[in-house]
Amino acid sequence: MLQRVYEWVDERLDITPMWRDIADHEVPEHVNPAHHFSAFVYCFGGLTFFITVIQILSGMFLTMYYVPDIVNAYESVRYLQGDVAYGTIVRGMHHWGASLVIVMIFLHTLRVFFTGAYKRPRELNWVVGVLIFFVMLGLGFTGYLLPWDMKAYFATVVGLQIAESVPLVGTLSKTLLSGDPEIIGAQTLTRFFAIHVFFLPGALLGLLAAHFIMIRRQGISGPL
Amino acid sequence: MHRGKGMKFVGDSRVPADRKPNIPKDYSEFPGKTEAFWPNFLLKEWLVGAVFLIGYLCLTVAHPAPLERVADPTDSGYIPLPDWYFLFLYQLLKYEFASSDFTVIGAVIIPGLAFGALLLAPWLDKGPERRASRRPIASGLMIFGIISTVYLTWESVDHHDWEAAAEQGEMLDEEEEEALEDVDTNAEGYEIYTDQGCISCHGDQLQGTGAAGPSLYDTQYDADMIQEIAVEGIGEMPADQFDGSDEELEVLAEFVSNGGNPGNGGGDSGSEEESEEESSGDNNEENAE
Repeated sequence: MLQRVYEWVDERLDITPMWRDIADHEVPEHVNPAHHFSAFVYCFGGLTFFITVIQILSGMFLTMYYVPDIVNAYESVRYLQGDVAYGTIVRGMHHWGASLVIVMIFLHTLRVFFTGAYKRPRELNWVVGVLIFFVMLGLGFTGYLLPWDMKAYFATVVGLQIAESVPLVGTLSKTLLSGDPEIIGAQTLTRFFAIHVFFLPGALLGLLAAHFIMIRRQGISGPL
Repeated sequence: MHRGKGMKFVGDSRVPADRKPNIPKDYSEFPGKTEAFWPNFLLKEWLVGAVFLIGYLCLTVAHPAPLERVADPTDSGYIPLPDWYFLFLYQLLKYEFASSDFTVIGAVIIPGLAFGALLLAPWLDKGPERRASRRPIASGLMIFGIISTVYLTWESVDHHDWEAAAEQGEMLDEEEEEALEDVDTNAEGYEIYTDQGCISCHGDQLQGTGAAGPSLYDTQYDADMIQEIAVEGIGEMPADQFDGSDEELEVLAEFVSNGGNPGNGGGDSGSEEESEEESSGDNNEENAE
């Protein structure tokens, strides 16, 4: 039955090449921990992606309760944490995932660096990877404000002060982020929410797609 | 078409016209002990992912995500702290060569150089050598970067007063929240409290601001003692904070010792004896009258 559905679709859309691109390839020996235990360092990239998927899923569930305005934001988080079934688990996973994904992407970066995998012909993939790193840091920064508690607010104040200290574009970038050159308040929260939930994840998904397509195109770099 | 060193280990996945049927490439075309990604290797990856997920969930259950009290932008005494992965930057900006007049160095030049170099690494390190030990400059700079980041993070964690941080952010319990609403902001005492600047360290609701000033609700001092403290200071509180008339001082002390209420009305609204729900409820009503 499944086979016939597949064939029916394949006849019209020719999906077999897509399938081959995604799944039908060989994993070389030197990156396979089953053959060389030290090859576990090649897992960090996959784990980064795994946590990213968890972040997206848990974040989707968080937005079912979260209200991005200064009156209700804190109360909605507190309600989610205290009264919603498994709310504390979902928020906990999103909270700890934010830290773990930074750890994993850091380890992945170090693996790629110290195995020299960023060298010709993979320069572009390295650049895309570093951009993903920046996007992750941006997600961490904007997501930190959303619970609207004391540490969230004052960490953002400091972060925006740092942004403001940049010459020439400082005040502009602060205004862009917080919605006002002086006030950090209602507008800041909605902007951070929009950046955290729409802008950066959009950029992240595009960059991840580019990252993966390039890996499939070029293959994993050979053994040292 | 040659596309770099790695290509001989993993097949070109584009499908030529004459190989349309879904037949995988012969394994003999790859050197070493290769394994099919689907489904063999993916199942093993799945296993690693599952083990990782268990650890992740244990962490989540053992340490629920923290939540401090609701943001209060007027609380100037709060010591801010960013999330741990920004601590290195936060710490860098505390050093003399990277702060105040030189903020540009700490906020733009040093991080810009570090992250710029990271982004452009393939063009800064163009040699064909891949082993870390055979390109000492690149490896050395990377190790230096890692050590500096770890050191700065460590210093930042070490400098931070974690106990004060936990205290300043603590969520108010119900009793204190109720007490908050008890503060009579129309009272003469509150006006003096504001004018004399008590508010900047002890908060707009007498709740204190963590590090800078303690809460004044459940203060154990009586009115006379409060008068004395307001003038002479106590502990870290400097002397001569109050410069109004004696009558004002008296009103202020009365106001503070009554938990933010003038006269004898609500009395000890913050004291422990009245923590039971019923009595504090009654107390509220009394205050409202």
